[in-house]
Amino acid sequence: MPRDKSIKKVLIIGSGPIAIGQAAEFDYAGTQACRALRAEGIETVLVNSNPATIMTDKNMADQVYLEPLTAEVLKNIIRRERPDSLLPTLGGQIGLNLACELSESGFLAEYNVRLLGTTVESIAKSEDRKLFKETMESIGEPCIDSAIVYSVEEALQFADEVGYPIIVRPAYTLGGTGGGMAENAKELAEVCKAGLKASRVHQCLIEKSVAGWKEIEYEMMRDSAGNIITVCNMENFDPVGIHTGDSIVVAPTQTLREKEVQMLRTASINIISALGICGGCNVQFALDTESMKYAVIEVNPRVSRSSALASKATGYPIAKVASLVAIGYHLDEILNGVTGKTYACFEPTIDYVVCKFPRWPFDKFTAANKSLGTRMKATGEVMAIGANFEESLLKALRSLELRYDSTEHFKYDNKTKDELYVELVKKSDERLFVVAAAMRKGISINLINEITKIDKWFLTKIQKIVELEEKIKREKEGMLELKTLRRLKQLGFSDTALARWTGKTEDEIRSLRKIYGILPVYKMVDTCGAEFEAVSPYFYSTYDQENESRRNPEDKTIVVLGSGPIRIGQGVEFDYCSVHCIWALKQEGYKAVIINNNPETVSTDFDISDKLYFEPLTREEVWNVLELEQPEGVIVQFGGQTAIKLAAAVEEKGFKILGTTVESINDAEDREKFDELLEKLGLARPKGTTVFNKEEAVEAANRLGYPVLVRPSYVLGGQGMEIAYTDRDIEEYMDIICVNKQEHPVLVDKYISGKELEVDAICDGEDFLIPGIMEHIERTGVHSGDSISVYPPVSFSPEIIEKIVEASRVLALGTKTIGLINIQFILKDNSLYVIEVNPRSSRTVPFISKVTGIPMIALATKCCLGEKLKDMGYGTGLYKESKVYAVKVPVFSNDKIPDLEISLSPEMKSTGEVLGLSPVFDEALLKGLYASGVRNFKNAGVFISVSNKCKEDVVPLARKLADHGMKLYATAGTAAYLADHGIDAEVVGKMRNSDDIEQLIKTGKAKIIINTPTKGRNSHSDGFKMRRLAVEQGANCFTSLDTVDAFVRGLMLSKEDKDLGLCPLSDLEKINAGN
Amino acid sequence: MAYLTLSDGTIYEGRGFGYKGDVIGEVVFNTGMSGYQELLTDPSYVGQIVNMTYPLIGNYGVNRDDVESDTPHVKGFVVRDYCEVPSNWQCTDTLDSYLKENKVVALQGIDTRALTRKLRDKGTMVGIISQEMPTAEQMLAVRSFRIVDSVRQVTTREAYEQKSDHSCGLKVAVLDYGLKRNILASLKHIGLDLKVFPSNASYEEIMTYDPDGIMLTNGPGDPKDNPEAIETIRKLIGKKPIFGICLGHQLLALAMGADTVKLKYGHRGSNHPVKDIESGRVYITSQNHGYAVDEGSIAQGTVTHVNWNDKTVEGIEYPDQKAFSVQFHPEARPGPNDTTHLFVKFKEMMIATKENENAER
Repeated sequence: MPRDKSIKKVLIIGSGPIAIGQAAEFDYAGTQACRALRAEGIETVLVNSNPATIMTDKNMADQVYLEPLTAEVLKNIIRRERPDSLLPTLGGQIGLNLACELSESGFLAEYNVRLLGTTVESIAKSEDRKLFKETMESIGEPCIDSAIVYSVEEALQFADEVGYPIIVRPAYTLGGTGGGMAENAKELAEVCKAGLKASRVHQCLIEKSVAGWKEIEYEMMRDSAGNIITVCNMENFDPVGIHTGDSIVVAPTQTLREKEVQMLRTASINIISALGICGGCNVQFALDTESMKYAVIEVNPRVSRSSALASKATGYPIAKVASLVAIGYHLDEILNGVTGKTYACFEPTIDYVVCKFPRWPFDKFTAANKSLGTRMKATGEVMAIGANFEESLLKALRSLELRYDSTEHFKYDNKTKDELYVELVKKSDERLFVVAAAMRKGISINLINEITKIDKWFLTKIQKIVELEEKIKREKEGMLELKTLRRLKQLGFSDTALARWTGKTEDEIRSLRKIYGILPVYKMVDTCGAEFEAVSPYFYSTYDQENESRRNPEDKTIVVLGSGPIRIGQGVEFDYCSVHCIWALKQEGYKAVIINNNPETVSTDFDISDKLYFEPLTREEVWNVLELEQPEGVIVQFGGQTAIKLAAAVEEKGFKILGTTVESINDAEDREKFDELLEKLGLARPKGTTVFNKEEAVEAANRLGYPVLVRPSYVLGGQGMEIAYTDRDIEEYMDIICVNKQEHPVLVDKYISGKELEVDAICDGEDFLIPGIMEHIERTGVHSGDSISVYPPVSFSPEIIEKIVEASRVLALGTKTIGLINIQFILKDNSLYVIEVNPRSSRTVPFISKVTGIPMIALATKCCLGEKLKDMGYGTGLYKESKVYAVKVPVFSNDKIPDLEISLSPEMKSTGEVLGLSPVFDEALLKGLYASGVRNFKNAGVFISVSNKCKEDVVPLARKLADHGMKLYATAGTAAYLADHGIDAEVVGKMRNSDDIEQLIKTGKAKIIINTPTKGRNSHSDGFKMRRLAVEQGANCFTSLDTVDAFVRGLMLSKEDKDLGLCPLSDLEKINAGN
Repeated sequence: MAYLTLSDGTIYEGRGFGYKGDVIGEVVFNTGMSGYQELLTDPSYVGQIVNMTYPLIGNYGVNRDDVESDTPHVKGFVVRDYCEVPSNWQCTDTLDSYLKENKVVALQGIDTRALTRKLRDKGTMVGIISQEMPTAEQMLAVRSFRIVDSVRQVTTREAYEQKSDHSCGLKVAVLDYGLKRNILASLKHIGLDLKVFPSNASYEEIMTYDPDGIMLTNGPGDPKDNPEAIETIRKLIGKKPIFGICLGHQLLALAMGADTVKLKYGHRGSNHPVKDIESGRVYITSQNHGYAVDEGSIAQGTVTHVNWNDKTVEGIEYPDQKAFSVQFHPEARPGPNDTTHLFVKFKEMMIATKENENAER
């Protein structure tokens, strides 16, 4: 059936901010959907609160709304836009839940909006645990012994019947939020309570654990005619018990016989037919390791993280096909873009091995609980493609950018066998290294399998790697003769590791390989195992005979380095930048080639660039591509720290960096050189010095005067940054930081408490353009990524603005920036201090581009190509200010990581961001806060407990809250202080000697918690416990009074989400164009 | 070292495994990602050297159950990366020792994707797997190699009967051209009793069994190499309902006066889309064939199924003769079970015919 012509205007709901369990995959899906629908001539309206995404670009949809994702806001948008249809299955769980809410309330029917694709009934059948179980039973598909519960009591009763361990899964949540495993009644009560809280419908599935069974996934596609295909099946390296988002995953399945593969495939078909899915769908199974017994774990009736992975693993564009299916097409009518000849109605076959490796935030959250379970903790992931499992796994490890280039990990090198047994039981993020270390110590595969339940197939492969590693260490050069070296390269060993073990340099190994002719070839990902000629320019490297990536010598090629996995400090915004750079290069007539390894992103969609190399972003792999492509230049400034770090390597091999030179990049990052430059330019920065040990640090701190800011140099996202107030703080910090290897010095700077502000500028070497200045709400001491950021600034005088512009000009030209530069300043007593200069794009670029309408990446790219700003039509200097305020509010995944200190600090913790847009500043603030998830504050109780140094500042805020009719609660000290200033607050006992606070938060009497920490990191303190409690109970917890101030301003508007004005990007343009 | 040399002179150097010897065969590729044991034991591969596009083969070893006939029939087996240590609860042996035991020559460590691309671009070619570089004599043998008499090599020598555990009373005469066991299992599964006949069984022998339907099985080689079988089928047409699979489908078409053609590189894999023209539904099917019925030559019957990739004929129905056939494998093994309803259709056709006959009596 061709497409349904009655569909003329479609509303697409995005997934909101990046959070653990919901990363860039939905930007990828949504972008594909928007492009697919527009190509069909359908008018599209897009709603997403996340400004860092590509899908929210104004050219992605006919109308783009950067608005809070709440049902009320969506209703307003529907009233205004009057779409005839809504596509609910591409915006992750958030989009799906909202669509269901609108449908169930009758709103969609009232406004004649129909849901495209999978129906609400089908969604309910898949998502509602009870309906799902009934459906499965009706078609004879086995589920796990389970019960639907609405209370802890019911859960305990069920557990008594079937026994422990028990797994708790809340209904309608993503990433297993609030779920977990319970070994006994006490644990069950805890986990179940949290789970009920997390579920939108206060419903949990509790089930008998099948931990240890194989976890297998099928990515399915079904159209309205009932045609069904399997896009891909996948096997989890980690057995059931570890969330699939936290598991290493391989595609296709490796240890399943044909009969098992077909048994589960048939089951998947039966399941999605019974559910009536129309579009993409993911089915998860548990498969016994000793029989044909299996059980359906769950079904996701939408595109998901797994479908993004399956798309990249096979080349089959699931989101695009799902969108076309949703508007009526049948699979046999949709062309397979990879071959250009065959149709989407076939099953991809792959002739390589794909390995996905999760990227966890524990390099930053060092104190957090690192154990893996049913609750997902990874922020992102990498994917690698190889001709065998070993190669695929080792490439994935390298892609993580955690300095892994083998299965070695210094933490486990010297552990004893007994210690390793303990580690094996633990199931931490480092379990692969633990397994390898255990093998090195002679622990048998059988034993490791018994403890971890990791299939012996995987263990055998790892053992093979480990044995070879050990052999290389023993025989050194003996392992470098032609055949052995070729074999090692085929198995994915890196030059750096080979160099380390054989006492050579990386370059020596590389030269040796070249002499031997051991060079990688590039194979195409073509969905069909080479059965048909393909046109997809999507490649991976392997060591084999035939190279398929041909280069046309006529082509003017430029290589763009991508940004790797999503992590704290480097999110989807850098993918936005990379993609826009590619588009700009294509526009300028270049062949744009990208290297990246993140399967969730738009940049790794094969039809974005002229060529996609799905490779680790390491020197070795980048060099390989460059040597093949012989590009005219390489662009490193859009791929975040990942790409910048590779600049020197690129230049070292004689390739040209386009844009800011390596020398200038180094000058900006080298402390001394940077200081010299500032002095020359007449700019100030907080006084500081570099130290290498504790004694020096204490001495320096005393010389500068407390408080001081301490941090390692060369870091991203304020990694390991802390404010120290005393010698003890410094000592403690240096102890922590020196646990991790410290190659670079530690910086100690005078901490200046002031206003923080930020500038992104484009510079062509002669002229510069500042699209906008951003003012931070939180004062210095809070990482810029965690601050609320306001554009245009609201509290700077024209003189100050002039100063900022001038300083930016001097810096941009002084650092010889070509392209983008990000500068952060402190403003104190009308003096400007430079605190950071990043010679690259920053996380604020996407949002500033959208709000100002300046295509910043395109302009910066043109600068890199040698064009001049004055010819680009946007002028130079400071661009005219927008009349619409944009407030960027950070979003945290604190609830996903137990034991994480949530208070704002110099160390970045947020995983995503949202935007509030309004011509009225306070409303923009409020919209941003709403979008970030601040909720339920109407007439809410406020609990205040602040440190002594904040008591004075909290008074005016408390007064406003009280005047607004809000009930205040406070601990004795704070309450007395407030009373002294004539503000009433009910006194509650401290956490350590009463359960007042706990009750206050748990009963929902206090929905707003204002708590400034006395001191971080101590997880036993009252404050820490209180903050965790607040987060886990879903209360709004503020740890900076500046944030509270912003909140109060918004609050004073007395507006609920339904009262918020809408400001689509087209309105924004109109307002700015008008006078 | 061991080598695969194609008739055009291309040499792939790899490592031998399985049986060590030299074999000449038609080199074809299969795109299935699992199911190597079923594939090895599929008699349709007689005379062929099979190249697997999926690189890791041997992962789950071999076992007694996952076979489609008593022994492997492929002449040679080519893989990218053989897995020495398999892992699966049903695994009883490694693929290597299974191949050794059954004298199947295998080669690993070559660029199987390059080989596939070559076969795709140049078409199926004859090749030799050899332990040393092939001699001139061997290369001349490669030049003149043809798969002949393949059905005779794999068909049963004696007729035999198999009864369904839950027989419905209907009897099917299965003409064995190199059958896969799951065809028999699929028929028995729906209550049909069977008698399997050798490919050269006469019309009279077959009719003596008094079958309610005739099953024409899959098998190897060029369909036109089987004039006797085609003649027998011609006699059976119209007498009893007939269901043909793969070679059986081609033989039925030939018997009906249509022609067959050799495909450039055939269809071998578990992911082939086939459109059922009447319903509009597309099914994912298991395929293994190098020849196809030439659509333009079909005089009787209507095309019911089409390969959605290259639009070749995948199924024909002859309503007047109560016969139908498909090019793909509804019995799967390896491959999807999406078209098992065709066996049911066959059964229903037999029931309807029988009822008609009874009514006429």
